[in-house]
Amino acid sequence: MKGVGVTIEIAAAVVLTGTLLGLALAVVRAFRLLALNAVIVIFVDMFRALPPLVLVLLVYFGLPNVGINLPSFVVLWLVLALVLAAFAEEIFWAGILSIPKGQWEAAHSTGLGFLGTLAYVVLPQAIRLTVPPLTNRTIAITKNTALGTVIGVGEILNQATTAQSFSGNATPLMMGAIAYLALFIPIVVLGRFLETRFAWRRI
Amino acid sequence: MEAIVQQFFNLAIMERALPLILSGLKETIVLCLIVIPLGLAGGLAFAIISLSRLRTVRWAAVAGIDFFRSIPPLVLLIFIYAGLPFAGLRPSPMMAVAIAFFLNTSSYYGEIYRAGIESVGQGQWDAAHSTGLKGHQTLAYVVLPQAVRNVLPDLVSNTVEVVKLTSIASVVALPELLYTADMARSATFNSSPIVLAAAIYLVMLWPVVRLISRLERRIAA
Repeated sequence: MKGVGVTIEIAAAVVLTGTLLGLALAVVRAFRLLALNAVIVIFVDMFRALPPLVLVLLVYFGLPNVGINLPSFVVLWLVLALVLAAFAEEIFWAGILSIPKGQWEAAHSTGLGFLGTLAYVVLPQAIRLTVPPLTNRTIAITKNTALGTVIGVGEILNQATTAQSFSGNATPLMMGAIAYLALFIPIVVLGRFLETRFAWRRI
Repeated sequence: MEAIVQQFFNLAIMERALPLILSGLKETIVLCLIVIPLGLAGGLAFAIISLSRLRTVRWAAVAGIDFFRSIPPLVLLIFIYAGLPFAGLRPSPMMAVAIAFFLNTSSYYGEIYRAGIESVGQGQWDAAHSTGLKGHQTLAYVVLPQAVRNVLPDLVSNTVEVVKLTSIASVVALPELLYTADMARSATFNSSPIVLAAAIYLVMLWPVVRLISRLERRIAA
């Protein structure tokens, strides 16, 4: 059951780096530099349209052939973090857009600069709005840590299938499924709670 | 630079792999045509059951949705494909994939429908009842059309997720797009086939992703 530790480690690394990168990209996008924004939109769209497993296989089998060798743990983390960053950027950006122009103008009139307005006025409000969709998306993407089994990352599913083929018995698979349930049901329920709570406030 | 082109954008290898990959694409489309309608119907069933007046039934539907949303689809798939034989059932890859993805996608669609139905005000139900419509007629003619319109971006975006999800079927050797591309990769020791498969996914899904962004903005406005 040491797979649980690995799964939690990867999931934590993915959530942390993915949301931070997504937030950073959304902030950069708020500067509205045309060329830079085009790059961000293309990055975001690509990582939203491609299946994560395709990216995992591409990075895992492709990079060694051009001389870059990454451990499978790093490949999984990198791919999932980039996918999460793409979705998070889109969600944060929608949040920033949803803040009415009057807020920007009011903040400017008190003497706050662009970054000050963004950091102290717009983002605190925008991030509240993004909590429910972001939790849902984060859950969906951290569940993809199970894809690591395909490239031999020793996470829960990998340990479970290995144990299953050793013991010739389905019990390890059952234990693996239960481990995932124990990890994710609290988060799914928390997400549901956040959703109703924030939705209620929005009206 | 030369090595990167050789390794990822090798046109000669892509050309040789194309027939195989197109057969995979066909399988992916078949899979989508099975899984998406099943998921939409199953999700609707989940959502309607979760409206039940009986608390235990309602609770069971929500528990079911949360259960299948908590299990990674790959875990569910391997559990069904590798686990059921121990119980004496031996599902074919297609069967295992259909069952696993049906359970997974209908829980997601169910949650979306549920949010949509909840977004339609109680007054709509009351008004429909007062015109003499029965409960199921109200649902079908008054509430659902509005609910679906409200959550349309989520329904479309979940459908994109389902198409992406079908790539996981490659793990149980169902010869879909990613599986055939990976076969070609291991035969040629070259990643170009996977790049080709990625390009096909992009061509299929990029327009939809753009559409979702627009739909979301229109509804927000």
